[in-house]
This record gives sequence, structure tokens and C-alpha cells, in this order.
Amino acid sequence: MQLVLEKRAERSTFIALASPVLAIALTLVTMSIFFLMLGKNPVTALYVYFIEPLTDSYTLMEIAVKASPLIMIAIGLSLCYLANVWNIGAEGQFLMGAVCGSYLAVVTNGTGAGPWVLPAMLVMGAFGGTLWAMIPALCKTRFGANEILTSLMLVYVADLILDYLVRGPWRDPKGPNFPTTASFDPVATVPTLMEFGRLHAGVLLTALLVVVAAIMLSRTIKGFEIRVVGAAPRAARFAGFSSEKLVIFTFAVSGALAGLAGIIEVAGPVGVLQPGISPGYGFTAIIVAFLGRLNPVGILVAGLFLALTFIGGEGAQISMKVPLDLTKVFQGILLFYVLACDSLILYRIRLVAAKPKAA
Amino acid sequence: MSDQGPVSSAARAPLLQAIGITKLYGSFRANDDVSIDLYPGEIHALLGENGAGKSTLVKTMYGLIQPSAGELRWLGETIELSGPSDARARGIAMVFQHFSLFDNLTVAENVALGLDGSETFAAMSARLAQVSRDYGLPLDLKREVWRLSVGERQRIEIVRALMQNPKLLILDEPTAVLTPQEADQLFTVLERLRGEGRALLYISHKLDEVKRLCDTATILRGGKKVATCNPRSETAASMARMMVGAEIGEVRASTARATTVPRLLIRDLSMAPDDPHGTYLRNISLEVFGGEILGIAGVAGNGQDELFAALSGERVSKHEDNVIIDGRATGNLSVTQRRKLGAAFVPEERLGHGTAPRMKLSENALLTGHAASHMVNHGFIDRPATLKAVDNTTKTFDVRKAKRDPEAASLSGGNLQKFIVGREILREPGVLVVSQPTWGVDAGAAAVIRQALIDLSSRGSAVLVISQDLDELAEISDRIAVMFHGTLSEPVVAADATREKLGLLMGGASPETASVEEVSHAVGA
Repeated sequence: MQLVLEKRAERSTFIALASPVLAIALTLVTMSIFFLMLGKNPVTALYVYFIEPLTDSYTLMEIAVKASPLIMIAIGLSLCYLANVWNIGAEGQFLMGAVCGSYLAVVTNGTGAGPWVLPAMLVMGAFGGTLWAMIPALCKTRFGANEILTSLMLVYVADLILDYLVRGPWRDPKGPNFPTTASFDPVATVPTLMEFGRLHAGVLLTALLVVVAAIMLSRTIKGFEIRVVGAAPRAARFAGFSSEKLVIFTFAVSGALAGLAGIIEVAGPVGVLQPGISPGYGFTAIIVAFLGRLNPVGILVAGLFLALTFIGGEGAQISMKVPLDLTKVFQGILLFYVLACDSLILYRIRLVAAKPKAA
Repeated sequence: MSDQGPVSSAARAPLLQAIGITKLYGSFRANDDVSIDLYPGEIHALLGENGAGKSTLVKTMYGLIQPSAGELRWLGETIELSGPSDARARGIAMVFQHFSLFDNLTVAENVALGLDGSETFAAMSARLAQVSRDYGLPLDLKREVWRLSVGERQRIEIVRALMQNPKLLILDEPTAVLTPQEADQLFTVLERLRGEGRALLYISHKLDEVKRLCDTATILRGGKKVATCNPRSETAASMARMMVGAEIGEVRASTARATTVPRLLIRDLSMAPDDPHGTYLRNISLEVFGGEILGIAGVAGNGQDELFAALSGERVSKHEDNVIIDGRATGNLSVTQRRKLGAAFVPEERLGHGTAPRMKLSENALLTGHAASHMVNHGFIDRPATLKAVDNTTKTFDVRKAKRDPEAASLSGGNLQKFIVGREILREPGVLVVSQPTWGVDAGAAAVIRQALIDLSSRGSAVLVISQDLDELAEISDRIAVMFHGTLSEPVVAADATREKLGLLMGGASPETASVEEVSHAVGA
């Protein structure tokens, strides 16, 4: 007996939907093994990770708060990946969006500026993310530099810029010398939606973006262009679509969305600019994008699921004393399985029996 | 090994028998109870339209796929081929239609890669030189493949197969890419192999070749065997009938008279290739008038791809008057802008260039239709309009498919080509540039496509056809020019263009010296 991969005549729609489910199932099995090795009861652990957060209205809101930036970033990334543009640096664009948007919050702090501050911060945030994304985009189109490397390396640059600013020029002059800006004024803060909890207006913006992206990808010529350039570059050139312009476009949009997510995070749940504002949203969003089939609605679901792992991981750390890094292990394994299961969309596995040779 | 030439098949036992081969893909029967006997010392033709199941059958014989039912017998003994290496070990070799060579490696390195590595490179090279000399297939072992012509590349594939000293050699459409003279040389080699008592299975669409070369022909249609016959006692027409299952309409000649104003004008076009292994275009000038079909002949790799890209606008020229469409200088315009001026293009590669393989036909209609066919409203795709375009093309060009809007890759070659050509022709372009319009397409589809090109020119359009198929060009063209090393010859009136004359131009002779005495010099051994 041997296993062979056989190409399918048409891509399987059923597997396209079933693949993420299968990947999650395989991940849960693998995680159970890890829990056993750590000496924990896997059933309890999986309950703490995946069920418990769903039983409480506060953690449900927290899931939405965590999912919001993940989804927003992943939607931008999905445009890149559909077009075969590999932006790995959304984390950096997220941070630079937070930095650029926060500039306004810092300079208007305590000046009694009007309600224009928050909208202007959002615009600045998106702009900052785009600016940061333009560096790898232009390096790719001008010099043929590999965008995977350049975008990834810029993450660490962005991280250090943020670090410098909050330890140096932007540090709260009245604060107790922590590396953080002063708390943002109310006009520089994203309003919350409820009396209690941290659910904020940014979540609504994310929901709106999911709808816009879904329409854009399936109904507009721009969405078509993105899909063709990624799926068949030569046919795209024949269609008159420029892959270079699309590199700029997709990087710009994904940078803007990551930057927007960054400033919303700072002006919303966090409330100040400080190091560690992101638990790796920009990287986790890569998993969200693929788990969600690079489809906006799929990304919505995948974003909520990954947010659940963040919340569940925190819960497990407290109640079961397992390391928080287990969440990252979990996310990595998940991405691995998603990519592996995806090959089943275009291929099928067949068992070929090696029959005994006839005499 | 016998060297007495063809031997009557009844007198000897078959080398390879396929008995009742059935191959299912889901519920689709690619092969349905096909039986075929291959005898040593015989050239056996395998005929059939695209999608008739020829590839499936030979892939089964080469161990690439396993049959769902039926069996193979090698010298009377039932065998299971677990893969191509198993087939090679028994003495079955195959030359594929699409070469699998590494451009940047030398001839000898390419051959070495295909062998099992049991001998040293030096010993292998010596044996390679010996085989290529013995069979009159000269090869410069140290040359990189990218420097070689298509004919030479095919020689590598054949010699590579012969290095295994096969008892059965399968050739998939070997003459599709050759000049007439190169094809003649190939036939000499094949006849010699037959004389050595080897069995050959020869897949072709060219019925005249089959009549000339082959001893037996098996004809497939719709996955089933229709007949096994002696091609010498059949006519090309009778074999075509068996392949298609119906009469193939003769292509009707054009009724148009060429206008006096050229609709497509190429003026002193020179362009460097963007691919380092590409061909420089040198001072190409040409006029194509409304109401005429101008054919461009030439062996692949002499600049046809580059010319197509320059005409379509996939590559933009610095000088706007290099390419003039209906009086408008378009050399510096994009492919979309050229389409808006009424030009249409059909590239050689159906999958990946003419269409996005994994996208639906409606999306592939949009691929070229977004420019000028009212399929986009304020940036939004008009889905009904794209579907209507698919339906119209399907109806007018008899495109056969499993459902209304399948993925492009799921169509057979002939049906996809009808779709691509139809997609452009239904826009009634003033200028149509089409490359290899019927390459690898079955006879029925080819006739439909050729007729459509003629009809389009009859309605006053200028049609430029780039093709390696001289029969096709002779059938549909009013004038024919030849590309060689990036230059284009003066066009000659098709009626005066003999195969010999075109063959010489394709080999690089200038028109003045293209006389019979030059054959050996121009084409080379």
C-alpha cells in the first residue's frame, strides 16, 4: 500500500470549507498530547482554553476586543496573499500606525483640543501603516528585493522606534518614569460601547470592513485583478493588469489596515502608547488570514477563534499554571495544519494497493 | 533483434498488449475497455481527437497511472507497472510532447539527470555521443539547452529515450514542433528503429504522416476504441471520419477582398527580450490589410513569442509608431488600450496565459472583456454580462463542458481553445493577432477555429496568425511570412509558398537563395 496525491480536475469546494475544520481538529489532538506531556488533563485543559471563555459575558467581549485587530489586519493581509504579495510585516505596520496616530494624542494632550482629534488620529494611524508598508513595496518593485525579508525586518525597526519614543521624547513628564506616554485625553480615545467592559467602537469598524472587503473581492474589477494576479500572473499581464502597481496597492491597503488597527488598539483598550501594546497581532493575523481561507467572512470566524486562544491561554495560565507561550505553540501548530490540509483542495489522497505480481 | 524491416504482425507475438483498459475519473470514463496490441518491428499510430483518451492510454502503458480495470501483458505475461521507472526497466521509453529539459544545463547533463546514475558521467557522455552518432541525431553535448532549437531539444529527448535501449518507444505528437525537413529526418530515424525490431507507438493528429509512416493505426473516440486499421489502405478523410465520428466540414475560402489600407501596421520594430534566453526582434516591418489573413511561419523560439507580446502590448515599445492599429500609433499603449481600439489577441498558451486555469469561464471572459465589452459598471463586475458572454461563446463555437460555468482547466484543450478564440472573435475585433490557433487541438475544433478566422477576415478584419503548422497556414492564409532569429521575411502570396520554400526560410535561408540545392546547408543535418 502506498499513499499518493492525485490532482483533482476542479478545486473541491467541500474540502475548501472542511480543511480548516480538519486542521483545528488535528491541532486539538496535538495539543492534547502536549497537555498530557505537561502532566495536565487534556480534557480540562481544552475546556479551559476553548469553552470557559464562552461562558462569561466579560470574556466574550474580550474575545471581540482581541479579534477586532486580528481581523482588521488579516483582511489587509489576505489581499496581499491573494495577489501573491508576501507582507509578513503587519506587526511593524501596526506599531507604526500606533506611533503616528499617537503623535496627535501626545501633542494635544491637555490642550483641550476638540473632537477632531480622534478621527485625525485614525487617519494618521492608517497613513503611518501605509508609509511603513511602502518601504518593502518600493524595494520590491524598484530593486526586486524580497518583500518577505524586508517587511519582516522592519517589524523590529518599528518596535525600536516605539521603544525610543516612549522612553525619550514622548514619555509622560508627570508619570513615575515608566516608558509610557501620558494617558490619552477623552477626545483622543475610542469610545466604548457598553457601560462596563472594553468593547469599543473599533469593533464596529472591523465588522464594516469585513463587509466592504467581501464585496470588493467578489464583485469589483479591483478584487478580480487581485485574484488574477495571484492565481495566474501571465494571464493577468495579458488582461492588462500590472503586477507592480498591485504590489503597491496591496501593501498600501494592508499597511493602512494594520496601522488603523494599531491606533485603535492604543486609543481604545490600552489608552496610552507603551511597549508591548501588541501580543503579536500582526503575526497571529497571518494565521487568521490563512485559517479564514483568505476570505473576509472566513477571516471573521478565524479571528474570533484565534482571539479565543489568547483569552483561553490567559485563563489556562492562571488556573492551570501552564505557560502562556503554549498559546503561541498552539497557533503555530494550527498554521502548519491549515497549510497541510489546504493541499487537499487541489489534490486528493489515494491509497494505491501494490498488488502481488501475477505469475 | 530483427533487421528485416516491418514484419507481418500475424507472424509474431505482440510485445505489449493492453487488454480491456478502463480508467475512471469519478464517473468519467477516460478509457473504456480499450485493447491494443503492439508488435515489435511495427510503428503503431494512436489517433483520436483531444479528450479521446490517448494520453490516458499511453500514461497507463508508461506506468504513470493505474487502470481501474483491464491489464497489461508484456510478452504474454501479465504485468503491473508501479511507475515510469518500472516501465523503463522493462524497456518502455516515452518522448513527451512537452519537453522536460533544464534550460541552463548542457545536453549531456540533461540526459544524465534522466538516467539512473549507475555509470560515470564520462562513460555516459561517451555512450551518448555513440548513440547520437549511430542514429544520425547529432547533438553538441556541451551546449546549454537554451541555445538549442526546438528540433534539437526534441533530439535530446529521443536520444535520452534511446539510451535506455527500449523495446517500445512511445512518441507523443513528435512532429508538432518541427519544420518539414526536420520531420523528414525524424521519420528516417523512426523507420530505422522499426527496422531494428523495436515497437513504436506514435501519437499524432497529422493523418498524412500516419499514412506515410505507420503500419497499423488504432483510433480512439470518447475513451473507446473505434477501430484498428491499416492506415495505408485508408484515406486521410476516412480516418478523420472515424476520429470525429462525423464529416469534418471543409474550410470555406474567404470571400473578402483585401482593403488597400492596412489595419495593422508594424514599422521597423526592434526590441530586446525581457527573458535572458529570449530572442531579439530585429527591424520587423509588416502590413496586414483588412479582409486578409497573414500567416507567420517559423520554428518555435525564433521570436514569435516576443512579437506577440510586442503586438498585444504585454510589452510596450519605446516608439509609438512601431505598432499602428487602424491608423492609431499604439506602440506605447497598454494591452487594455489596444483592446479598446478594436484589437484582440489570442496567445499560444491556453492555460495560464490565455486563461487563468483555476478560474471560472465567466471570470475568464472578464479577463479580456473588461477592457471593451461593457462587463464593468463603475468598478463593479456585471456578472450577468460575463455569463452571457460565456453562453454566447458556448453556443456559437460549440464549446462542450460539464456545466454552465466550469473552471477553465476542466475543459479539454480543443474546447478551451474554441472558448478563447470565440471570446475574442465575438467582440468583432478590427485586428486579431492569434498565436498557434489550433496547437494540440482536435481536428473538429481546429476546423471550427480556422473557419471562424476566415469568416472574421471576410467581414473586413485584419487577421495575423502565428503558427508552426504549415498545413494550417496554407489552408487559411492569403500571404505568409517567415520568422527566423528575430527577423521577418517579406510575405509571399500563399499560393506560391511551397513547403520546401517555407522550410528553407524557416531554416534561415534568405528568399533569394531558397532554392532546392541549399537544403542541406540551410537546414543542417
